[in-house]
Amino acid sequence: MTRGFPPALLFALVAGLFVATGFMQSWNVSLTILNMALISAIMALGVNIQWGYAGLFNIGIMGFVALGGLAAVIVGMPPVGDAWAAGGVRLILGLVCGAATIAGAMLAWGAMAPGRRRTVAMLVILLGGFALYRFVFDPAKVAVEAVNPANAGYLGGLNLPVILSWPVGGVIAAGAAWLIGKTALGLRSDYLAIATLGIAEIIIAVLKNEDWLARGVKNVIGIPRPVPYEVDLQADPAFVERAASLGTDPATLSSIAVKLAYAGLFTAVLLLILLAAQLALKSPWGRMMRAIRDNEVAAEAMGKDVTRRHLQVFVLGSAVCGVAGAMMTTLDSQLTPGAYQPLRFTFLVWVMVIVGGSGNNWGAVLGGFLIYWLWAMAEPMGLWLKSGIVSTLPEGSWLAAHLEDAAAHMRLLTMGIVLLLVLRFSPRGLIPER
Amino acid sequence: MDPINALVALLNFVVIPATAYGAQLALGALGVTLIYGILRFSNFAHGDTMAFGTAITILGTWGLQSAGVSLGPLPTALLALPVGIAATALLVLGTDRGVYRFYRRQKASPVILVIVSMGVMFIMNGLVRFIIGVDDIGFADGERFIISARGFREATGLEEPLAIRTSQVITLVTAAIAVAALFWFLNRTRTGKSMRAFSDNEDLALLSGINPERVVAVAWIIAAALATTAGVLYGLDKSFKAFTYFQLLLPIFAAAIVGGLGNPLGAIAGGFLIAFAEVLVTYPLKKVLGYLAPGGWEPEGLVQLLSTDYKFAVSFAILIVVLLFRPTGLFKGQSV
Repeated sequence: MTRGFPPALLFALVAGLFVATGFMQSWNVSLTILNMALISAIMALGVNIQWGYAGLFNIGIMGFVALGGLAAVIVGMPPVGDAWAAGGVRLILGLVCGAATIAGAMLAWGAMAPGRRRTVAMLVILLGGFALYRFVFDPAKVAVEAVNPANAGYLGGLNLPVILSWPVGGVIAAGAAWLIGKTALGLRSDYLAIATLGIAEIIIAVLKNEDWLARGVKNVIGIPRPVPYEVDLQADPAFVERAASLGTDPATLSSIAVKLAYAGLFTAVLLLILLAAQLALKSPWGRMMRAIRDNEVAAEAMGKDVTRRHLQVFVLGSAVCGVAGAMMTTLDSQLTPGAYQPLRFTFLVWVMVIVGGSGNNWGAVLGGFLIYWLWAMAEPMGLWLKSGIVSTLPEGSWLAAHLEDAAAHMRLLTMGIVLLLVLRFSPRGLIPER
Repeated sequence: MDPINALVALLNFVVIPATAYGAQLALGALGVTLIYGILRFSNFAHGDTMAFGTAITILGTWGLQSAGVSLGPLPTALLALPVGIAATALLVLGTDRGVYRFYRRQKASPVILVIVSMGVMFIMNGLVRFIIGVDDIGFADGERFIISARGFREATGLEEPLAIRTSQVITLVTAAIAVAALFWFLNRTRTGKSMRAFSDNEDLALLSGINPERVVAVAWIIAAALATTAGVLYGLDKSFKAFTYFQLLLPIFAAAIVGGLGNPLGAIAGGFLIAFAEVLVTYPLKKVLGYLAPGGWEPEGLVQLLSTDYKFAVSFAILIVVLLFRPTGLFKGQSV
């Protein structure tokens, strides 16, 4: 496949998949998949900015997505007044101590002459700072987590409209990416990969364990929505009338209306980011990034600051992933740190980018839609396939019973096969970079 | 002050578990480092290769158990281990034929191979779940303890118990045999020498008439054997769960990189370093310090530096520090 299919045709085909799902299963299912596909497309754009533009091999997407989710909690949830009174200020103070320790150690490292004295000073600062941090922080943490642990036990958020959390999620992810990029971007590609993989695991571990922040594995539920609730719609007489005139019951129509509202918001964000990404790619900045990607040495010889540009693109791509993460948590109305798995949130996004066409924003978006649809549908398709096979087997065969359980695991297998096939036969993806 | 009890507590809760865990990591890291040395890419599917080998071994164990075969006090899984190794070797050789060889011929860049190994990881992960499911499976049988906590207390009259599990001793013995065999193979046999030559300088090795396909195939077989052994030992020591094995990827890579990618000795040292650091930092040292501190000075808190769930953070922090200050690892590895 040298020239590939026209992109418009491919997008029409993928749209056809969603329409077919709507007719064959239900519009509710189709819209649910579509909403997640829109978010996935944004994540794929973020990865494409890092990998496609600049060749940065970041497999810590999950961490940035989770940080975006944290933003939804911090922005959207009401503050827990008792928790703040119990130890909120001291807790913040403890965090400041921790940050000051690290900053102080780095300052000492930079200011003092190399030698044994510097090492000792570093160790003293780090150990003393750690002890101070634990001394200030621990009692406050215990006090905060003791406040009504069944429903709260955390500091709560700012009680602002949750939609604000989308840009805030981007900012938090960007901040984390800046810190990470400063330390890890000098590493070569596969070391950077391991480093980002580790950071993502650490971010999830923090979310799971720091109950004062977002309740850890107890999950934050009931994050306010930017769209109306189904119950309110069903109570609205005008809406019920509309449902009757369309010939459906209000329950179905309300759930479809809510999903459509989400889809509208997500599409707007996707188009905005896509537009910005396209403009950036076509600008001199985009050409410079690709030049750096294709030949770092030559770009450096031309006077380009490769390290800074890498940091810049790493922060930008991570911010986009953070926005997508905040949107996802908003859609779910809950933050469940236990649900973040690298196979789903890091590697699947990579499959989207590679299948769609790395280096091409349209490709990444197409990959996002297509692969998420496949991911969501692999299980039902596995079940159909299974029932087809089982019907040919004798009653009570052990294989039939085994297939019954195994159909659920079809998706990983499918994704792996799709990724390998694309890499082998069409390595530049469905919509190749121009 | 009670140094003997402190020592026993430290042995029981830190040294013995960390040694067993370190041996398991070292075996895993050896596989990663070997593949890196010969094929020159970081194999992300290694964790799932371990899971596959263990899954097959568990099936074999069940088969043997239902046939009434056992090793007496030793776990039956040791008998089934060769079956697991053989199946895993076939799987990775097949993968190499079907997937990796194409990119090797193309001389694709290492990053592409890493992405390819991600695809293989997906497939193997799915395959393992297909074969054995996602549940926690314990398959250790035979005698559970060599020294039981109560037996030790009665024999010595000490306050602190000391328990040594069979799986821990088996881990150490098996790991020692595997490592000795590997080093004998690499240093003494013709094939092993040709592999080292290939790893040091590929072009020179090709000119000397070394058959690259053979070297690659042998490397995969050894990696499969090491991965399966590491996986089975880890499963005997703790339990088998597909997802946990995928997560082992991080400490294993950390061990291999900290020791210097491509350097087998480094992989072993790295494995133990990571394991000891993880256990020490996440174990509450209250008991040990309580015995050591003079009367009235016993610590009040748990003296646990970090909660157990941050063990990834430990391997990661070591990894970053080593990479920043000694990019080729503690032992000189081949870093490009």
